Amino acid sequence: MDLKLKIWRQPSAHADGKFVDYQVHEISKDASFLEMLDILNEELVNKGEDPVAFDHDCREGICGMCSLFINGRPHGPDTAITTCQLHMRRFKDGETVTIEPWRAKPFPVIKDLMVDRSAFDEIIQAGGFVSIATGGVPDANAIPIRKQNADLAMDAAACIGCGACVAACKNASAMLFVSAKVSQFALLPQGKVEAKERVQMMVARMDELGFGNCTNTYACEAECPKEISVTNIARMNREFLVAKLS
Amino acid sequence: MSKFYSSVTKKIWMSFMGLFLMTFLVVHLSINLLLVFSPTTNLFNEASHFMGTNPFIQLFQWILFAGFVVHIILGLILQIENWVARPKGYRVKAISEESFFSKYMIHTGVIIFIFLAIHFVNFFLVAKGIIGEIPKTLVDGKSVDDMGALVIALFKMPYYVIGYLIALMILGFHLDHGFQSAFQSLGLNHPKYTPFVKGFGHFFAVIITVAFMSIPLIIYFIK
Ligand code: HEM
Ligand code: SF4
Ligand code: FES
Repeated sequence: MDLKLKIWRQPSAHADGKFVDYQVHEISKDASFLEMLDILNEELVNKGEDPVAFDHDCREGICGMCSLFINGRPHGPDTAITTCQLHMRRFKDGETVTIEPWRAKPFPVIKDLMVDRSAFDEIIQAGGFVSIATGGVPDANAIPIRKQNADLAMDAAACIGCGACVAACKNASAMLFVSAKVSQFALLPQGKVEAKERVQMMVARMDELGFGNCTNTYACEAECPKEISVTNIARMNREFLVAKLS
Repeated sequence: MSKFYSSVTKKIWMSFMGLFLMTFLVVHLSINLLLVFSPTTNLFNEASHFMGTNPFIQLFQWILFAGFVVHIILGLILQIENWVARPKGYRVKAISEESFFSKYMIHTGVIIFIFLAIHFVNFFLVAKGIIGEIPKTLVDGKSVDDMGALVIALFKMPYYVIGYLIALMILGFHLDHGFQSAFQSLGLNHPKYTPFVKGFGHFFAVIITVAFMSIPLIIYFIK
């Protein structure tokens, strides 16, 4: 299939950027979206031009490195997948595909389609860990945990920190990410010990970094490749309220 | 701003105030309905008199006023911060699935504010005797302000009725997203009860809007 691409090109963080049109030809329907960009880049390199910079690593949907705002949606037209899992069969022959970087004040563009997501790392550094001594590996079932809590914690821990929630949110809010990280600990006994400090520190850091406020639009949930639920946001609000009141 | 209030704190206050304003809407609506469910304006005038003179209500009025101020100021701050959080937007409009009216809370909010300001001048300031004059009427031998006559006179003006209906529709949109949003902001989420809260929120928004709207319509066409 042939495609017209409109790609955001920006030589460096402080340079001005613009959209540049490209054409790619005879792309297999079975190619992945990133393979399609690889093909484009190979052509650009052969012509002596600068290839399009974009983030990627595992290419199997587990690392959270790939990004891209494709035709109005983070990670493209499919739900519950990352861009590396997106395939060209989801596009029509001759279609125009607009590819933009994540847009949010705390996610500055590094180059072209790559953005700096270290703001997420800073939020984790503010409290997204367990610092108490939890001892060696306990016997299985030595610590009783409700099945429901174990499942919910596991669901929250599926977040890969890709930032699609921020990219999709009209307010560039990071609440889905932060609430997943808060929840995965708050639901388990080892995490409960520091739960009050954690939620306050992480929310404070999130605000300082300049992410927007949550207005419960739920676009994050619709775009999350790991289907993290907005019930985590409610849990975080509850944890926060309880922490402030007690 | 985030140095003083966290984003979550702001949302918690907004939702408390929002829910509080909703209870006020219910009280206001029940009084307004006296106008159409009673053949004369006596009941309405009596209720207005009570609301205007009872010391408890007078105190409550200030709390209500403060509630509006907090809700509006926080809403504006929240929205400005949210615009700042994305200095450069997308070229292709975002098409992610989301709660529809959530996108327009600031717009519906500002329209409600304008409506409230007009409402305030037309009714509240007049009732307080600050502007204009209201005829007196006798209810049970007491002389009270004839607020009912004032309302009916306004609701006989077609443009006033149309403006009022539009404003109420906008309020309905605000409530439709706002109701469940407030529960989410307060962390009141539960697999069993949240579906009910969402359903009831839509129902509440429709009922409040339709009931408020019925009053000018009945007065204009029937009374
Ligand atoms: C009778 C009047 C009003 C009622 C009952 C009401 C109710 C609500 C409720 C329940 C929410 C959801 C709160 C949350 O999720 O935290 C909300 C949100 C909002 N309201 Fe109002 N509101 C009223 C008037 C206004 C006015 C006059 C403005 C003026 C600007 C306004 C601006 C907003 C904004 C911007 C939001 C979105 C905030 C968010 O979702 O985080 N509202 N309102
Ligand atoms: S919550 Fe979902 S969208 Fe947000 S960072 Fe985690 S995996 Fe990505
Ligand atoms: S490259 Fe690792 S998730 Fe896409």
